[in-house]
Amino acid sequence: MSERLTLSAVAVGDTLPELAVDVTPTTVVLGALASRDWRPMHHDYKFATERNGVADIFLNTPNQAAWFERYVTDWTGPTGRLGRMTFRMKTSVFPGDRMVFTATVTSTVTDDTGCGWVDLDVALSVGDRVATTCMTRVALPTDDNDNPWQRRGDQWKP
Amino acid sequence: MTDDMPAAVVEMIGVEKYRQAATFDVERSYTFNTCAATQNANPLVWDEAVAAELTGGPIALPTTLSLWMRPHYWEPGAEGEQVALQVHFDLKGIFDLPEAVMTDNTMTFYDPVRPGDRISNAQVLRSVSEPKTTKLGTGRFWVIDVEFRNQRNNLVGVETYTGFGYRRTAAA
Repeated sequence: MSERLTLSAVAVGDTLPELAVDVTPTTVVLGALASRDWRPMHHDYKFATERNGVADIFLNTPNQAAWFERYVTDWTGPTGRLGRMTFRMKTSVFPGDRMVFTATVTSTVTDDTGCGWVDLDVALSVGDRVATTCMTRVALPTDDNDNPWQRRGDQWKP
Repeated sequence: MTDDMPAAVVEMIGVEKYRQAATFDVERSYTFNTCAATQNANPLVWDEAVAAELTGGPIALPTTLSLWMRPHYWEPGAEGEQVALQVHFDLKGIFDLPEAVMTDNTMTFYDPVRPGDRISNAQVLRSVSEPKTTKLGTGRFWVIDVEFRNQRNNLVGVETYTGFGYRRTAAA
């Protein structure tokens, strides 16, 4: 069993371990097809550059979401349950870019149902520019016997 | 809202449109594909014992929510390319804006999606901006909510999209 992160082990200001990934055309195309996104700007260089006027094919939104999920759940372990993610795409991510994920804990709270929440400011950066930000709310166990995945209905307020 | 907003757009705001059911069941292969595309080793996906203990069996990754409603690129009887988020493309057509990008996206996750589920969704246009000019070109921003439910009508997630439809300027 993977290590389980509990709410009490997290504090505001904590930072997550950095994740760096070199983006290739395969990264972009694999992610687009895995998310059933058939739009040509994610696999057709000529369409992306000549029609959309961008530098190359680029990571699609659902695939960026999947990368953010991977980054956050690498940290929480499998008992971490995503509640909400808000993305803002500032610039595109292209093949040849080295994308770096970083995150800072902005709050920890236990809601009125007893669910433990951590809010994170997550960023995907390429060089000096932040390409995408992602405010993430993820539920963590409040103790070793708690499991956020068991919550349903009015016991789950993401 | 301004007086120059087309009536067709005004009538769309706040109205549920395009309620539809997926044409295929949720399947684990797409979850594995997504994990492979993002090098995600989450044991909820790869270790059935962990999935059984924590989530009562396999689930789809939460961020794959929209995947289950994305149409096939082609299917018999369909005319032209099939598109997801039809309201987005309706707006491109109404405003005659040939290009578009998504700028913001909020995903809220409720009941887990599981293999074998059949997902349905509906789209609601929330707002449309005044004309704006960005470095991409001139167009409008719009916000669309998409609500997802499983075959038991349980809410599994809501996606809120902000799109920017635009026409490239000569220098863009």
